[in-house]
Amino acid sequence: MSITSLNSNLLAPHTPTSREELWRFTPLAKLRGLHDLDVKLTSRVSLGNSKTVAGVVISIVDAKDAPIDSKTEDLVSLRVREMASKVLRIEVAANAEISEPIFLARTVESLDPEVSRTEILMGANSRATIVVENVGSITLAEEIEMVLDTGSQLNFVSLQEWESDAVHLGHHHAVIGKDATFNSTVITLGGSLVRLLPTVEYSGAGASAELSGIYFATSGQHLEHRIHVDHNIGYAKSRVNYKGALSGDKARTVWFGDVYIRANAEGTDTYEVNRNLLLSDGARADSVPNLEIETGEIVGAGHASTTGRFDDEQLFYLQSRGIPANIARQLVIRGFFLEIVSKLGLPEIEERIMARIENELEKASA
Amino acid sequence: MSTLEIKNLQVAVSTDEGMKQILRGVDLTIKSGETHAIMGPNGSGKSTLAYSIAGHPKYTITGGSVLLDGVDVLEMRVDERAKAGLFLAMQYPVEVPGVSVSNFLRTAATAIRGEAPKVRTWVGEVKEAMASLNMDPAFAERNVNEGFSGGEKKRHEILQMELLKPKIAILDETDSGLDVDALRIVSEGVNRVKQTQDIGIMLITHYTRILRYIKPDYVHVFAAGRIVEEGGAELADKLEEKGYAEYVTA
Repeated sequence: MSITSLNSNLLAPHTPTSREELWRFTPLAKLRGLHDLDVKLTSRVSLGNSKTVAGVVISIVDAKDAPIDSKTEDLVSLRVREMASKVLRIEVAANAEISEPIFLARTVESLDPEVSRTEILMGANSRATIVVENVGSITLAEEIEMVLDTGSQLNFVSLQEWESDAVHLGHHHAVIGKDATFNSTVITLGGSLVRLLPTVEYSGAGASAELSGIYFATSGQHLEHRIHVDHNIGYAKSRVNYKGALSGDKARTVWFGDVYIRANAEGTDTYEVNRNLLLSDGARADSVPNLEIETGEIVGAGHASTTGRFDDEQLFYLQSRGIPANIARQLVIRGFFLEIVSKLGLPEIEERIMARIENELEKASA
Repeated sequence: MSTLEIKNLQVAVSTDEGMKQILRGVDLTIKSGETHAIMGPNGSGKSTLAYSIAGHPKYTITGGSVLLDGVDVLEMRVDERAKAGLFLAMQYPVEVPGVSVSNFLRTAATAIRGEAPKVRTWVGEVKEAMASLNMDPAFAERNVNEGFSGGEKKRHEILQMELLKPKIAILDETDSGLDVDALRIVSEGVNRVKQTQDIGIMLITHYTRILRYIKPDYVHVFAAGRIVEEGGAELADKLEEKGYAEYVTA
């Protein structure tokens, strides 16, 4: 299937099946009906922020007052748009520079399937860091739409530290304006099934996107990330860097990186990479980078993907310095993830994430 | 006072064509305070000797023994060998992305010493050792061997030897890939460790160049998986002049 058709929006709503390209890796039976047109989904604004921050207006608006322009072929996103009656809106005023991160906490109630919509509007030349903290048990389909006006910068962080029974289908879409910068970091550690679609399009030259992520799947977890970068205009930049590790029987990850450079997107500069570390037998990682280029007048376009076992030479080197194998493994895996986590500039979160990874590693190797 | 005794060591490596015998009965004893140069042509098994003593999983011991102060080294795990007092400075040190030199050194020292070194004295110890090897302090924050030049990698190996204080150190082709200045700095580092610590050294090299800086007490010529000639430092001079031809054809 050509990745260009992802933007066609000609799709009629229907219940997806595993015969469809976009769903063939996802265990639909675990979705508790989030994808099933016959299952009723509750609309609930499950994200919120209790603190007031100068320069930021957080409100809940009617969905009819928060229309979405962007197109999607994701059937679950279409359901979210149809069913969500209210939308959490975060507006950062033009020229506001919010130094403290804005934390959005997820509230959970039950495992009944529900939908949630969030809208983040960055005014011209504003700057902010917004951290979504997903914890607890939930069956959630959500859409977070971000619109970055000229010269703004949004550091968006989505943390999936769910309980082991959570199911989370999410679409994070950013529309990046002229000279604006969008940094997204997705960290997925928890949940039974998490399927996230970080997608990007551009509305002005000089726009830049950096999409990073880590995921760590242990026994029985399905963690799927499908990145789509649409270089729909010229002179925009994108960098994608996702790293994953898997440990335990039936640990499963899926990574797609679709980068589409349209015929008019001259001066595009893009590079994407996905690295997976298989820490045990019985785990499976799929990694599919996709680059579709319709113009040769670009600065650069490349991709890389590796999936491999632990490097025995690294292990030998560390052990030959007296470091026991289990600590050597921890060091290397910590280093593997730290490259991305340390860039957050949020020491408390960094510590918490690394501690959880180490804890899961210990459990997995026990 | 320590002794490494290698007795009739035989080692094979698995290849696509099955097991291939590399070491065919190596006998060598190294005591604290001694420097033994192991010299030989490429492919003679010098590195195999080094890596099999350190415990690299690629090599299979098919016979013989290696004892450190009477204790069988070949029965130990790789990290246990290091804790027992063996150190291998590698020809091709491995990159470990995301792990800083300072974190690596501290983790290794903690493992070898059995307790975490005291922060204040440790920082001073590392700084001093780095300064004497002409290493920029910023080096400590770089990832282990990542993007290091050949000279930086070898200095980093000697830095570890200095900090981990092994009983017996094996230096595998430490001179390879070094220019004259780097060779001098690295050799001075080795000599400093020799003077200040009670250490025995096995210096594996193809060329005599490094022996101008590090004076061996004994020279062993290695060919086809065993030691074929032994002598004092003067043997190196003969090799310098005549090369390995007579050993290879023999």
